[in-house]
Amino acid sequence: MITTPLTKNVHEDRRVVLVEDYEANGGYQGARKSITQMTPSECLQVIKDSNLRGRGGAGFPTGMKWSFVPMDNVSPGHKYLVCNADEMEPGTFKDRLLMECDPHQLIEGMICGSYTIQADIAYIFLRGEYVKAAETLSQAIKECYAKGYLGRSIMGTNYSLDLYLHTSAGRYICGEETALINSLEGKRANPRAKPPFPQVSGLWGRPTIVNNVETLCNISHILDHGPEWFQELGIGEDAGTKMYGVSGNVQNPGCWELPIGTTIREILEVHAGGMLPGYSFRGLLPGGGSTDFLVEEHLDLAMDYGTIGKAGSRMGTGTMIILDDKTCPVGMVKNLIDFFAHESCGFCTPCRDGLPQTAHILQDMSSGKGETRDIETLERLVKFIGSIGNTHCALAPGAMEPLQSAMKYFPEDFERHAEGKKCNYCETD
Amino acid sequence: MPTIVIDGKEYEVPQGENILEACLGLGLDLPYFCWHPAMGSIGSCRQCAIIQYQNPEDERGKLVMGCMTPVQDGARFSITNEAASSFREFIIESLMVNHPHDCPVCAEGGECHLQDMTVMAGHRDRRYRGLKKTHRNQYLGPLIHHEMNRCITCYRCVRFYKDYAGGSDLSAMASHDHVYFGRHEDGKLESPFSGNLVEVCPTGVFTDKHLVNDYTRKWDLQSAPSICPGCSVGCNTSPGERYGKLKRVHNRYNPDINGYFLCDKGRFGATYVNSEKRIPAVGRRSKDGLFDAIDSSQALTAIAKGLSTSKVIGIGSPRASIETNFALQNLVGQQNFCTGISETETALVSACIEAIKESGAKIPSPREIERCDAILILGEDVTNTATRIALSLRQAVRNEAYNMAEGLQLQSWQDAATRNLAQDERSPLFLASPHATQLDDIAEGIFNLSPSNIAHLGYSVASLIEGKRDDAVTKTDANDYGNIAEALLKAERPLIISGTGVTDTSVVKAASSIASALVAKGKETYLSLIYQEANTLGITLLDQGQGPSLSNIFEQGENNNIQTLIIVENDLYRRAAKHKVDKLLQAADQVIVLDIMDNETCTQADIVIPASSFAECEGTLINFEGRAQRHFPVFESKHPCRPSWEWITEIGKISSNKNMLEWQCFDDINKACSESSSTLTGINEVAPDRKYRVGGRKIPRQPHRYSGRTAMIANLSVHEPKQTDDTETPLGFTMEGHSGDRPGELIPFVWAPGWNSNHSVHKLQTGSERELKGGRSVVKIESKNLIQSKQQVKSVSQNNDQDHFIAVAMYKFFGTGELSSQSPGIIELCESESIELAIEAADKLGVSNGDGVTAHGVNGTVELEVKINDSLISNCVGIIQGMPGAANINPGEGLSLTRSENWVRRSEIISSDQLGSKNV
Repeated sequence: MITTPLTKNVHEDRRVVLVEDYEANGGYQGARKSITQMTPSECLQVIKDSNLRGRGGAGFPTGMKWSFVPMDNVSPGHKYLVCNADEMEPGTFKDRLLMECDPHQLIEGMICGSYTIQADIAYIFLRGEYVKAAETLSQAIKECYAKGYLGRSIMGTNYSLDLYLHTSAGRYICGEETALINSLEGKRANPRAKPPFPQVSGLWGRPTIVNNVETLCNISHILDHGPEWFQELGIGEDAGTKMYGVSGNVQNPGCWELPIGTTIREILEVHAGGMLPGYSFRGLLPGGGSTDFLVEEHLDLAMDYGTIGKAGSRMGTGTMIILDDKTCPVGMVKNLIDFFAHESCGFCTPCRDGLPQTAHILQDMSSGKGETRDIETLERLVKFIGSIGNTHCALAPGAMEPLQSAMKYFPEDFERHAEGKKCNYCETD
Repeated sequence: MPTIVIDGKEYEVPQGENILEACLGLGLDLPYFCWHPAMGSIGSCRQCAIIQYQNPEDERGKLVMGCMTPVQDGARFSITNEAASSFREFIIESLMVNHPHDCPVCAEGGECHLQDMTVMAGHRDRRYRGLKKTHRNQYLGPLIHHEMNRCITCYRCVRFYKDYAGGSDLSAMASHDHVYFGRHEDGKLESPFSGNLVEVCPTGVFTDKHLVNDYTRKWDLQSAPSICPGCSVGCNTSPGERYGKLKRVHNRYNPDINGYFLCDKGRFGATYVNSEKRIPAVGRRSKDGLFDAIDSSQALTAIAKGLSTSKVIGIGSPRASIETNFALQNLVGQQNFCTGISETETALVSACIEAIKESGAKIPSPREIERCDAILILGEDVTNTATRIALSLRQAVRNEAYNMAEGLQLQSWQDAATRNLAQDERSPLFLASPHATQLDDIAEGIFNLSPSNIAHLGYSVASLIEGKRDDAVTKTDANDYGNIAEALLKAERPLIISGTGVTDTSVVKAASSIASALVAKGKETYLSLIYQEANTLGITLLDQGQGPSLSNIFEQGENNNIQTLIIVENDLYRRAAKHKVDKLLQAADQVIVLDIMDNETCTQADIVIPASSFAECEGTLINFEGRAQRHFPVFESKHPCRPSWEWITEIGKISSNKNMLEWQCFDDINKACSESSSTLTGINEVAPDRKYRVGGRKIPRQPHRYSGRTAMIANLSVHEPKQTDDTETPLGFTMEGHSGDRPGELIPFVWAPGWNSNHSVHKLQTGSERELKGGRSVVKIESKNLIQSKQQVKSVSQNNDQDHFIAVAMYKFFGTGELSSQSPGIIELCESESIELAIEAADKLGVSNGDGVTAHGVNGTVELEVKINDSLISNCVGIIQGMPGAANINPGEGLSLTRSENWVRRSEIISSDQLGSKNV
């Protein structure tokens, strides 16, 4: 039984999997099976039954998302499937691995997904800095057209699909699906207000599904091996495998495909090899820069959506950033808030003008110019910026997550900085 | 109507609104920035946050944005809840992080929405201790001042400029807290609606450059309800004055016509009132040809004396009020009163009136135009001749978007969502014009045709609507015309637009036949016909085709039949060929000219009398829909000018004209005019008369905070002068009086407690249609009462052989208007006179841009500078109306052109250099 479907083809030396090798290893079987033997609604049912949840960070059930796409022919016109490959979450590098090493897996998943929602055009919205992925994907798309996996009458059926690669001009906010859509339309990358959701009015006002790379990579395997197989891959309540990653001062930083629900401790200690000598663990951001800190007491928790959610954080992208005892949490959070403030699209007030205020206070604190009232001001900023609904999209609330949890778990560091004292670990002016 | 609960109280609110609109409609204060009543919601500023409760048991609630939350029956909200009010305070605090504390030197101060909202939201303490962001400002042309540091990033400027008004040269640039609103480089804003940025911007980023350079605070401005005299649309304006100078023009809300927006000509084209070219005194020409100032009573007596002893002709004007023209008509008698409109134009106006009477179509207001869902424009260059209507047309083509949105249960105020959904889907608009127009970008079909072919297109479409086939039409044309006919038939409210602009009566008749055909099919059909000037329709209805035509006057002059010629507010050199006017003015023994500004006709006069401008006198104008509207004097002019109707009445009294002896005031003239014919009945109900009082009080022109009543003249006297009595109008030149609900036509400015900016207009509105609380009178001349002119003028002979070009009238937004083009700021935007040629024509003549050509026509020859216009059809040449040479060429006539060998190319100086200094 295949236990690591996403990385089974990946070569040790990370050279790209060629189309022949991909086909020889069972590639394009899922696509062939679904397009030639299954109806779109049967495909949708399989994905629903598999309990696949979106791997981009929010964990929304993929089948349910797809089911919102209107399948009648009441409003004829294009439908779109867009792959969100704008991987810019701090500390996250899982999609990059999948695209650079095995591009056909993503394309096959997109063909299956497009067929399921009956999209006739698909886009890969790729982070501009992923130059190598752009090369491998371009080559793979070319091969697919040559082999008839893309284009007119795919595999002899009357289903047609065109796939385009779009390399992004580079904003973090393009990872938000509606900002991505605006960007793809050539507009400012501002998120759109919802409703309407992209499933009914997305790209060019037409029904559109936006999925993360890892999510789409799972699709062909599920269709090929069935939902039961996929369910069994997971350890806890979630199904499938997950690309987990670790960065920070650990022995072996990297990215691994493991059953979803593997504990944090196993990922950190077994796969990442534990902390580097001289460093000890203080906390971690479980799923990228916009998730709440977890600490020692959470290490035995399963890395799945529900468990991490209950612990007060989010699994996010599943790629953790480790905080050690020689790094100041205030400085680390300042670094993150600087990033988010810079990546704000500038559309809504709390994010555009609130994050720079936060960043400014953290800058003062880290450089020994903190004031005692700063803690209260930060709490006020967290309160107003940190709630979904107060802002236009989830960027600013996400940005506030590491700050609010750092203030909760590491209050002594904030207090020290708020008294204007210098910190051994922060660079001070 | 849904019932909602706000802070424990139940309210009934209009269905389909959002909670912010509903709150404002209920008179509740909820601060906001990015929302605009005409532009809807995008939810960017997050200022209108309120708490929404799930059910009566829910005590915690959820923070939602008022502008993005639809009202639903039974929904429960709180504005006062601490979680909401503290969040709103935080939003202001965040907006203030980078906002300069320069209110004392900011042109927006005192009418700043940001000031109002800051006070309303209760922000006081600044926690941020960093530096403020600064930006570099841009030069945006002579009309708009840019001060980017004041920006609070509400996005209303770009949403108005690009999304609402279709402009392309103002954008949001950069991101995060560096967002910049401006052009890609310094330069004049291209949109003819750019001036609305002044009112749309909630703070002082975009301000009126003329006002900034000669500044007065809103509270020190004296204002009166006025009507823009710039074109036949009749937008409602609120001009403001201080120290005897017209300082600025603001929009005056009229839901039928201009709503919240004006065009730039209307906003910036009124300061000619302050011009040095104003006629300074009553003057008589002395032997040396110059004018001596004389005592006005002397002059009037002399004129009156001439009246009784000689043959007198009076020439009125389509830019003067009904009362002025009526007074002149009474003074000289109907048989001696000429409208002063050229014969070609008179014939066109008659054709328009005939079209309205015979087609049975409705004449739409601009608001009704916005509701039309298929449009055909025949010949009229709407953006240049009736600019505000072009803005309405841009909204009309969005009806398709609203239909699509309805399918997804989106409300029309969900602006971003509606635009994202519809993308480029628009309701059909078809355009037929001899050249490209500024509405081409929203047109589904564009037909560049000569005027006669435009008429042909119109007739073919009419036949197709009637179900007939036109065999003379080629197959491709038949397809195109079929699409037009189909779109018009499919629409719920089809609209045909034409007018006098294309100067071909057959085009107007074709428009009429399409409208008739649609009416016959049972369609709710609209027909909109555009005229050239503010009162063109009015004076035509007054004249009823009874008076002599302009060419008849020229003939009488040639036969030496005219002893005294009284010309009122009309520069004849703009109406007819120079040699004809010269002859007439020389033939008359005595030429008396009443006008606002010096012009060529004035220089030929024997007696010149200074007339008040629209801003200094009362008058009634009839717009393109037949709607009569009143403008009131904003201030007493420092010039010795008086309203033309007053001068004329006085002459009448001296000469014992029995009609005029009883006229004591404006209202008497107006009433007499109203009673003079069934057509004009009702124009005395356009606005309350001079006796109107509320609780015994008049309506003040000055705001309650008007300052310096004594200080203003402290260099002359330290005593407060008695405020001038205004015996002519219901308004007072004071700050005391009634300032509660007033009829719409008597609102000089908008102001409400806590709302110092123009946003206070919502405090004067009521209901989902945003009517004015104080009501307003709507006087529209009914189509059936329109009187058809009997005057039929022979059409101009057309020379359509190969060597001849057809002269086509062209209009320039800045330059065609006689008075507006003499306003500072606009002067430098006016294009120089030229003849526009297609490339083929230019090649044939061997000329390029800047060369000269000599045009030979029925009035002799005119030399003009060549400007190549790619979009012109090759057998037509464009003659820009309102320029000195243009009156010598009749639109529609055949011109033969030759290259001017002795032409000296103008050096490539730009007009702003000619002015000496650039106004940055």
